[in-house]
Amino acid sequence: MNKTRTSGRTIGGLRTLSLQAPAVSLLFLWMIVPLAMTVWFSLQRYNLLMPGMTGFAGLENYEYLFTDPALWSAMGTTLLMVGWVLVITVVGGTLLAVLFQQEFFGQGIARVLAISPFFVMPTVSALVWKNMMMHPANGVLSWVAELFGLPAVDWFSSLPLTSIIIIVAWQWLPFALLILLTAMQSLDEDQVEAARMDGAGPIAIFFFITLPHLKRAISVVIMIEMIFLLTIFAEIFVTTSGGPGLATTNLAYLIYIRALLDFDVGMASAGGVVAIILANIVAIFLVRMVAKNLES
Amino acid sequence: MTLSRALPLAGFTALGATAAQAETLTVATVNNNDMVIMQGLTEAFEQAHPDIELDWVVLEENVLRQRLTTDIATGGGQFDVMTIGTYEVPIWAERGWLAPLDDLPADYRVDDLLQSVRDGLSQDGTLQALPFYAESSMMYYRKDLFEEAGITMPEQPTWPQVREWAGQLHDADQERYGICLRGKPGWGENMALATTMVNSFGGRWFDMDWNPQIDSPAWQEAIGFYVDLLNDFGPPGASSNGFNENLALFSRGNCAMWVDATSAAGKLFDTDESQVADALGFAPAPVAKTEKGSHWLWSWALAIPASSESKDAAREFITWATSEAYVNLVGEREGWTSVPPGTRKSTYENPNYQEAAPFAGFVLDAIQGADPTDATLEPSPYIGVQFVGIPEFQSIGTQVGQMVASALTGETSVEQALQAAQRATERTMKRAGYLD
Repeated sequence: MNKTRTSGRTIGGLRTLSLQAPAVSLLFLWMIVPLAMTVWFSLQRYNLLMPGMTGFAGLENYEYLFTDPALWSAMGTTLLMVGWVLVITVVGGTLLAVLFQQEFFGQGIARVLAISPFFVMPTVSALVWKNMMMHPANGVLSWVAELFGLPAVDWFSSLPLTSIIIIVAWQWLPFALLILLTAMQSLDEDQVEAARMDGAGPIAIFFFITLPHLKRAISVVIMIEMIFLLTIFAEIFVTTSGGPGLATTNLAYLIYIRALLDFDVGMASAGGVVAIILANIVAIFLVRMVAKNLES
Repeated sequence: MTLSRALPLAGFTALGATAAQAETLTVATVNNNDMVIMQGLTEAFEQAHPDIELDWVVLEENVLRQRLTTDIATGGGQFDVMTIGTYEVPIWAERGWLAPLDDLPADYRVDDLLQSVRDGLSQDGTLQALPFYAESSMMYYRKDLFEEAGITMPEQPTWPQVREWAGQLHDADQERYGICLRGKPGWGENMALATTMVNSFGGRWFDMDWNPQIDSPAWQEAIGFYVDLLNDFGPPGASSNGFNENLALFSRGNCAMWVDATSAAGKLFDTDESQVADALGFAPAPVAKTEKGSHWLWSWALAIPASSESKDAAREFITWATSEAYVNLVGEREGWTSVPPGTRKSTYENPNYQEAAPFAGFVLDAIQGADPTDATLEPSPYIGVQFVGIPEFQSIGTQVGQMVASALTGETSVEQALQAAQRATERTMKRAGYLD
C-alpha cells in the first residue's frame, strides 16, 4: 500500500513535472532575461549622453549609488509612504467595511461610490487632487479652510509627503474596503448573536469577533498593497516631481531620475537591482507572515 | 499594386509623389505660445507643399527633452524635426546626432540672422539648427502701480531696489504680489533665473579647474536673496510656478514685477491676452554686483536629427518655419506682437513690428548684449549664460534646481540646500571624469 503510493507519487511527480516544464521555463525566462540584463547594465559604464564612455565598470555604479545621500533618503521616503498608506487603508478600510455591512437605505449605491476611487487612473486622480483639491488658490481644501477663517495651505510645497500619502491612500482605501467587505459577508451571524446574548457590546464584538475573523483578509490586503505601493510613480510624477528637494523622491522615482533625467543607464540599473532586492526582502517577510496567518 | 506604391514612401517624393502619397514629417516641439501658433499654421505650410504632411508631437519642455534625448541617443528615429535649445545644439552636433545645415537656399538669407543667436547654433561655422525664436530675460513691471507709489524706474534697476519696490507694492489681501519669479525646479526653469542672479552677484558654477562653486559666498548671497524676496513678497505656491504659470499671473494683474523671458513681451502687450497691456513697463533685468550674465540668452531652434529618413522634406519645413516670410505670415494673421522674436534683423527693421512692439529695441539690445562666452565676473571654463554647456549639466542643474526649490519652500535652509547641491555636483563631476 505504502510502497505503491509513494512510487505512484514519484511517478506522478515526474509526470506532472514534465507537463509543467514548458510553462514554468517560459515564466522563468520571462523573469530571468530582464533581470540578467538589468544586472549586466548595472555593471557597465553606460550613459546615453556619453557615447564614447562605455565599458565594464565593475561595482563603480553601486559604489556611487550607496554613497549617494539621495538613495538613503529615497529608501526612507519609500518606507514612510508604504507604511502610512498601509496604516490608513487598513484601519480605514476595516472601519468602513463594518459601516457598510450595516443595513441602511441606499446601501448599494453608497458601496459603489465608496469603491469607485479605485477605478480612477493614478495620473488622473493625481491631477484632480493637484488642481481641484489641493491648489492653494482655487482648490476645494483651501475653500474649506477659508470657511473656517484659516489660511490656505500650499499642500505640495509645505506638506509634500503628506499630500502624496493622502492621494495614494484615497486610491487604495477602496481596494482594502472591497476585500474586507467581502470577508465580512462570511462572518457567522449566529456567533455575533450568541456574543450579544452574553452581553457583549458592539466594541467588544468588533475586537473579539469581527477583527479575528478579518485577520486573513487584512494580511492579504497588506501583502497586495505592499507590492503595488513600493513602486508608486505616477502620483509623484504628476504632482511634485519628487520635490521639493528630495522630499517625495521614492526609490522608483529616483531610478526614473537617474535613467531619464540624467540618462545614466548604468546607475539606474544599479538602482533597479537594489529595488528588486528590497522588494524581495519585504516579500519574504510578508509571505511568511501571511502564511503563518493562514495556517492558524 | 504599382511599383511606386510598393516602394517605401520616404525619400521618393522627388519622383513626383501624388498628394495621396504625401511624406509625413513628425515634428516634436514645446507647448510654448509661439510653437502653438506654428502648429496652427500647419495648413498654410501644407498648401504650399502638397507633398508633405505634418504630424505634431507637442510636449511640455522637460518631457520633450527626455523624449528627444532618449530617442536620439538610442537612434530611435521617431522624429524628423526636433525643437531643441541653445544648450543641446553644440553638444548634440559634436556627437554627430544632427544633420548639418549647409548650403541653405539663397532666399533664406542666413546673414539676416542675429550673430549671437547664429553663433550659438553653429559648429565650426556651420549651422546645426535654425533659430525659431530667441530670447533674453528682462523685467516687466506695472507702470500704474509704480506711478501710484511714486517710483521711477531707472535705466538699470538693481536687485536691492527691486526688493524695496516689491515691499512697497506687495498687497496679499488684494492678491497682488510684489514680485513673481520662477520657482519650479528644473535647469531650464528656476535655475535659468537663479543662475543669472548668481552671475550678477559675482558667482559662477565652476572655477577654471571644474571645481563646483555652489557653496561659495556669492551663491549663498544670491540664492538667499532670491528665497527671501519670493517668500516675503511673492505669490503663494511660488515653488511650483514656471514660465507659463507666472505669465498667467502677471497678465491677470497679480504681480507688480516679473523678471523673465523677453519672449513673454508680445503676449503681455496683447490686449486680448493680457489685462495689464496698457500699464506694461519694461526694464533691463536687474543687476547686483556686475552686469555680466545678468540676462540670459536662449533660443529654441529647429534641427533635423541625423536618424531622420525624410531630411529633404524636413529641411523644407524648417527653412519655412524660420524664414522672414513666416514672420510676416504670423504678423498678418496673428498680429505683429505674436511674431517669433529675436532671430532676424529684418524683424526689427520691419516698420509694422516696430510700431506694434515698443519693446522691440529692449529685446534686441538684451539679446545682442548677452555673451555666453563671458558671462561671469571671475573666469569660468564653460560656455553659456544661464547654463553650463556640458552634457552633465542637465542632471546637475535639475538636482540643484530641486535643492533651491526645497530652500524656497523652507524644507531646508539655503545653506544646507547649497551644501547638498555642492556635494551632489562634486559627485557628478567626479563620476564624469572632470575631477580626480
